[in-house]
Amino acid sequence: MATTDINVHPGVHHHDDHGDDHGHHEGNFWTNYVFSEDHKVIGKQFLITGIFWALMGGTLSIIFRLQLGFPEANLGWLRPVLGGWISEQGKLDPEFYLALVTMHGTIMVFFVLTAGLSGTFANFLIPLQIGARDMASGFMNMLSYWFFFLASVVMFISLFLETGPASGGWTVYPPLSALPQAMSGSGLGMTLWLVSMALFIVSTLLGGINYIATIINLRTHGMSFTRLPLTIWAIFFTAIVGLLSFPVLFAAALLLIFDRSFGTSFYLSDIYIAGEALAHSGGSPVLFQHLFWFLGHPEVYIVILPALGITSEIISTNSRKPIFGYKAMIGSLLFIAILSFVVWAHHMFVTGMNPFLGSIFMLLTLIIAVPSAVKIFNYVTTLWQGNIRFTPGMLFSIGMVSYFLTGGITGIFLGNSAIDIQLHDTYFVVAHFHLVMGSAAFFGMLAGIYHWFPKMFGRMMNAKLGYIHFWITFIGVYMVFFPMHYIGIAGFPRRYYSWTNFETFSGFFDLNMLVSIAAFATFAAQFIFLFNFFYSMFRGPKAPANPWNSNTLEWTTPRNPQHGNWPGEIPSVYRWPYDYSKPGAKDDFIPQTIPHSETPESNLPHETELIRLESTGTQGAVVVEKKD
Amino acid sequence: MTNLIIGLGVVLILIILYLLFRVSSLVGLARKRDVKTEGRVDSSNKINAGMFLGFTIVSLVVFFWYSFAYFDDYNLPVASVHGAWTDTLFWITMGVTVVAFSIISVVMAVFVYKYQHQEGRKAKFYPDNHYLELAWTIIPAIVLAILIFTGLRAWNDITSPAAADAEVIEVIGQQFAWTARYPGNQDNMLGKYNYKLIDAVNEFGLDLTDKNTFDDFKSLELHIPKDKEVLIKIRAKDVLHSMYIPHFRVKMDAVPGMPTQFKFVATKTTQEMRDELDNPGFNYEMACAEVCGQAHFSMKMTVVVEEQEDYDRWKQQQEAWLKQNPDYIKKVPAALREAAMIKAGLQEAPGVVVAAGN
Repeated sequence: MATTDINVHPGVHHHDDHGDDHGHHEGNFWTNYVFSEDHKVIGKQFLITGIFWALMGGTLSIIFRLQLGFPEANLGWLRPVLGGWISEQGKLDPEFYLALVTMHGTIMVFFVLTAGLSGTFANFLIPLQIGARDMASGFMNMLSYWFFFLASVVMFISLFLETGPASGGWTVYPPLSALPQAMSGSGLGMTLWLVSMALFIVSTLLGGINYIATIINLRTHGMSFTRLPLTIWAIFFTAIVGLLSFPVLFAAALLLIFDRSFGTSFYLSDIYIAGEALAHSGGSPVLFQHLFWFLGHPEVYIVILPALGITSEIISTNSRKPIFGYKAMIGSLLFIAILSFVVWAHHMFVTGMNPFLGSIFMLLTLIIAVPSAVKIFNYVTTLWQGNIRFTPGMLFSIGMVSYFLTGGITGIFLGNSAIDIQLHDTYFVVAHFHLVMGSAAFFGMLAGIYHWFPKMFGRMMNAKLGYIHFWITFIGVYMVFFPMHYIGIAGFPRRYYSWTNFETFSGFFDLNMLVSIAAFATFAAQFIFLFNFFYSMFRGPKAPANPWNSNTLEWTTPRNPQHGNWPGEIPSVYRWPYDYSKPGAKDDFIPQTIPHSETPESNLPHETELIRLESTGTQGAVVVEKKD
Repeated sequence: MTNLIIGLGVVLILIILYLLFRVSSLVGLARKRDVKTEGRVDSSNKINAGMFLGFTIVSLVVFFWYSFAYFDDYNLPVASVHGAWTDTLFWITMGVTVVAFSIISVVMAVFVYKYQHQEGRKAKFYPDNHYLELAWTIIPAIVLAILIFTGLRAWNDITSPAAADAEVIEVIGQQFAWTARYPGNQDNMLGKYNYKLIDAVNEFGLDLTDKNTFDDFKSLELHIPKDKEVLIKIRAKDVLHSMYIPHFRVKMDAVPGMPTQFKFVATKTTQEMRDELDNPGFNYEMACAEVCGQAHFSMKMTVVVEEQEDYDRWKQQQEAWLKQNPDYIKKVPAALREAAMIKAGLQEAPGVVVAAGN
């Protein structure tokens, strides 16, 4: 089929005849590194921005862990940075505390684990792993990054407002977020939050459409869907889920803007605040929660699915084994993606919605545990009888599986509406989602960075520093979030500035201190990574062509692929990406570009039949590049 | 406990030091001696594999030890009928998940250790096995189905309509306090309200054209009888709040414009709980579980559970809101004023005989 021509830039279609040009494409600094349309550069832009935001989000959490772990401490030394948010007595302002948790959540969920993770690896890996010159639309791709950049700038500015950034929780439930009378962060800070999120959604949609179009249309010769690496499958489902759910958040945000600025009553009704009865009538705050979680729940899968894809790929490569149950892995990804749309109201069991709805959502929610369990079992079986190399990427992938297990299993408690009555909005929930989607996705991202760094920058990261980074982070994260289960079972509510007002919540000073200390250590360990990352980018040893002996296509490109990725023709694909340790084969890996005709010693019976098709060139004819 | 923290801290530091010790090759980084040949695996592989196994064993031991040794610290005593059910469900789920969690963790750690790289060994080419996959799809599905149905039954019971003779009390959330309104000693009916009628004194927004409001009274403590079903009607004045009474396993959002409710039966009086915990200062507390602004963390109401007769006595001692705020009598329609004065206790009821004679 012909390449899909939706490109604004004239330089990317007619792939093959144009390929060589890309190598000599001399742009200036601005077109090469800033307003670049090369998917690899855009991927790196997402990555660097994501790392910046991760540091930002981490720093915010360090400040509120100071408050929670050491409530008596004098934080006067933070005054030069935080100014008026630290009182004369050296105490953190309680409203700023809420601003901190709100911004920590917003930044981590959207800017780091959505843009930083999907943005980086979807952009970087899709064309390289499916065998394409670039994204379907390089221009849209560039726009996607710059909308994200704009969203970042707006959100960053909101941190420095005198009235503070948005403070009503990352879920921004109205009426709290709608009424500046209710808290000062709901003034300009909230307006900027909404503007930033609107820009962010545009960015996500531009990116998502592009990912889907590219994966469907631009696969190289022979790259049928059943030969796609699991990374691509995961990104594909992620993009579809994002495309269907983010517009709903946009609608929710838009209606909130109307309520805030134009006097409508979508979410507001019967409110008496600051000595005044407001005219709003007939709205429902619960409506916002439905709309928010209609995005919000798929969003946690948008965060975790790419991590599942990345780790599947890395664990298979480094176990030197095919991923166990390739089709089951795809099936469970698909099943999770579908179910993610019908479980949103499990966040709302005690919001006063009809209890019958609660029953339905409890049923659907617990079903989602089945495909998740299948994934865990398949990961473990992939390790079985492997020949495991613990590269840093592999370590982080196994860590990811561990978090996914530990955090996922507590979801069975929370998905049960009867048990959730007590656990809702306690630290049990905080422990659950930080492990299952926060830390797990974060580890997926780090695994991906360690694994594909050689392809991104043509150099190797230092493995030893990677090990140290991994072990401190892995143990540290457990020490931060595991104790929170106990604190949550004891009933401690989240988003509390201090617990001393309640006798019921007066214990656990020790555990809270432990959590805070572990958080500081974990945060500090990330600087080992940062050093390793930036140092290796310029001074690391040069990477070999295929450092991990991997099967996928990206390792067939030159060490530093130019715009267009492959200097000559795009390689054709003859097999699935997981032919590791095939019986009879000389090496323990057979790249996707090796035809079956060259490996008669290791072919399975049905593969021998494929040889005939290979020679006639009609095999896997789902996508054939146009030859001009 | 402090010892535990110090212990864990020391372990962490030791691990870090040990790792740092191994970074002698870090110097090699600066000197660029770390160029590894393709696919070569060095001694770090063994150490990483061992650490996974060690970490899993140590952390599982710490997990079980802490969970048993400090059970009383994190297990909150339960004092309601449905709370006992949900706690049972909680611990059943805990049993099932801890077994699954431990097995999978150990198996994974063993695999990671046992199948670490060995020169010359080849991994097993094992792309799929439909029977295995079917088994671990169906088994979790069955276990989950059992958990779902037990959970559904409890949930349906908890959310079913309250009994007709349940004690009805209204709880109102506002920034940053809870107040309670009782239906009064005369008619035992909560009167109508309207948020537009709220002012500095009429904080409930009582609609005084409704005669059921006349004897309603306000309380800053939530008194409830033991062993009797209580139906809490919940509303919010300004933003979302969430009524949360940890010892009763009660939580329900307070939503402006949409009244919600929660019914439960308390099983232990405050005094009984004090005796049980050997803590004479103990009180049940109501907290706010939905972020509501600056002082969200201090939104507390004391809950007092009493024997029925003590509860009745307490109720009798309370003054109607209208009696405390007699100025508001002028908001009562003229025709109802006398009835209001009587019902609120502002004036003695005229002789019953006379009333009957009319």
